Amino acid sequence: MDISQFFTSADLFGIAPEIILTVTALSVLTLEMLHVSRPGIILMVAALGLFLAGALAINTSGDEQILFGGMLVLNRFSVFFDFLYITIGLLTLIFSQGYLEKRGSASRGEYPALILFAIIGMMLMTRANDLVIVFLGLELLSLSLYILVGFLRHDQLSNESGLKYLLLGAFATGFFLFGAALTYGAAGTTNYNGIVTAITNNTILSDTYLFLGIGLLLIGFAFKVALVPFHMWSPDVYQGAPTTVTGFLCTAPKAAGFGALIILFNRAFVDIHYQWQDIFWILSAMTMTIGNISALIQHNVKRMLAFSSVSHAGFLIMGILVLNETSISAVLFYLVVYSVVNLGAFAIVSAAEQEERGLNLKDYRGLAAQHPWLSAAMTIFMLSLAGFPPTAGFVAKFGLFSAAVSQGYIGLVIIAVLNTLISIYYYLRLVVNMYMQKEESTLILSYKMLAIVFVGLIAIMMIILGITPGYLLEIVTEAASTVA
Amino acid sequence: MVVPLEHVIALSMILFSIGVLGVLFRRNAITIFMSIELMLNAVNLALVGFSRYYNSVDGQVFVFLVMTLAAAEVAVGLAIIIALYRNRQTVNIDEINLMKN
Repeated sequence: MDISQFFTSADLFGIAPEIILTVTALSVLTLEMLHVSRPGIILMVAALGLFLAGALAINTSGDEQILFGGMLVLNRFSVFFDFLYITIGLLTLIFSQGYLEKRGSASRGEYPALILFAIIGMMLMTRANDLVIVFLGLELLSLSLYILVGFLRHDQLSNESGLKYLLLGAFATGFFLFGAALTYGAAGTTNYNGIVTAITNNTILSDTYLFLGIGLLLIGFAFKVALVPFHMWSPDVYQGAPTTVTGFLCTAPKAAGFGALIILFNRAFVDIHYQWQDIFWILSAMTMTIGNISALIQHNVKRMLAFSSVSHAGFLIMGILVLNETSISAVLFYLVVYSVVNLGAFAIVSAAEQEERGLNLKDYRGLAAQHPWLSAAMTIFMLSLAGFPPTAGFVAKFGLFSAAVSQGYIGLVIIAVLNTLISIYYYLRLVVNMYMQKEESTLILSYKMLAIVFVGLIAIMMIILGITPGYLLEIVTEAASTVA
Repeated sequence: MVVPLEHVIALSMILFSIGVLGVLFRRNAITIFMSIELMLNAVNLALVGFSRYYNSVDGQVFVFLVMTLAAAEVAVGLAIIIALYRNRQTVNIDEINLMKN
């Protein structure tokens, strides 16, 4: 049998980062099986694999490549996302050192391996040019996350959130799949280029199938990126999951979901995107408002950050509502800032977390006296999430809002600005607890040196990006220009 | 006799809705899981129906992938449910509510 009719060497070079990550994940599992006793070695191997994959991803950048007969498309947009996932993965591994042991679980090789598998799934999602590939990527991601969320199997909260995430995630998969099936039925193909051709030539089998199909696909995505009213799982799952996993869970899959959604609506459904603008408008307004108002009444830091991430998803949907080059590059910028800031914030929360303590806002009282540097970093993260100048969060929000205003969505931007004002209250409540309360903090923070260095680096980067965002703006504009 | 496409899709939609209702109204985690499997199988039926209508194998290949996923999901799902049962001695989702506040 001649295999060259199925794929060429260019195809294999194109997916080299995925291949490297798969090999790394399997080696990590093998090392675990061989009882390599020092957890540091396993983490190091995983980090090395991520570095290598990143180096290969940069090699494949440049011109647009179509791989596997139109199944995958490689361009600057997908390479941008590859880098984002790899960065998030590396930061998660760095911040996870010693965390599982602290929570009473042995450090296991499965943990980095599952993170690597999740990254492969996400890479496929933003490289996909076919509904089948998006589906496979989404499921590889979701299956890894179900296990990661329930990783502390002797902890009841972790069990519970694992089960909730599994049931609702699988439920969402059902919607996504039925949407994909109906879209296939309407267009006769699952390939994005084929769908575009069918829509422009008006060879759609039935508009009902297409309409239902897109709607169900959207519900599937809305579950995965936690848009109101499909966000009910997120606070419970974020609260019960191991904190380092929560950091990963609220950043990388969201980026992948929005990336795949942009490609889907910008490539496959580009001609009928205008029919869905009202839906996006409503989703955006509801998500940011309900997310923010629910965050106001939370006392648990993880739940507060969970609702805050729901409201951020509402802001990001604005970019998909507008869907032009400016708005896509604004979404990319926002995703970078949002992801690293959240990872940093969750790293500090995971350092403060102890048995029964360290997750309530009250526990942070007077922390600034004991840990001035960490408190300063946390303050920068909170200000950045709230969108204060001169942090990067301000630039991100400003870009997104101005992209929406330039297309005439003034009402939505007013809602968004009001929401930003509301969000300042709950972000600053944490800062007020750290600085203004005179109580002696009894929290004992446990952290590794490397993690603290990276928390500091993120904080400094957020300030630098807030003052001179030019370099990152250039990268995101270039990435956005390849899809817009 | 050839079954018309509309009938296949209508059946698939009915099965899918039964699955959705099962997820929404059942309280036993295992039953909910079975309802999700029903949803996935409704999808498979629709895919096979469309595949036959278009005389293309795309849909059938998709079905294989969905079946693989369903198997993987059961493996992960039952493992999570068993881990939970060991700690809590229940799989009723109304009793699994430590985080309600």
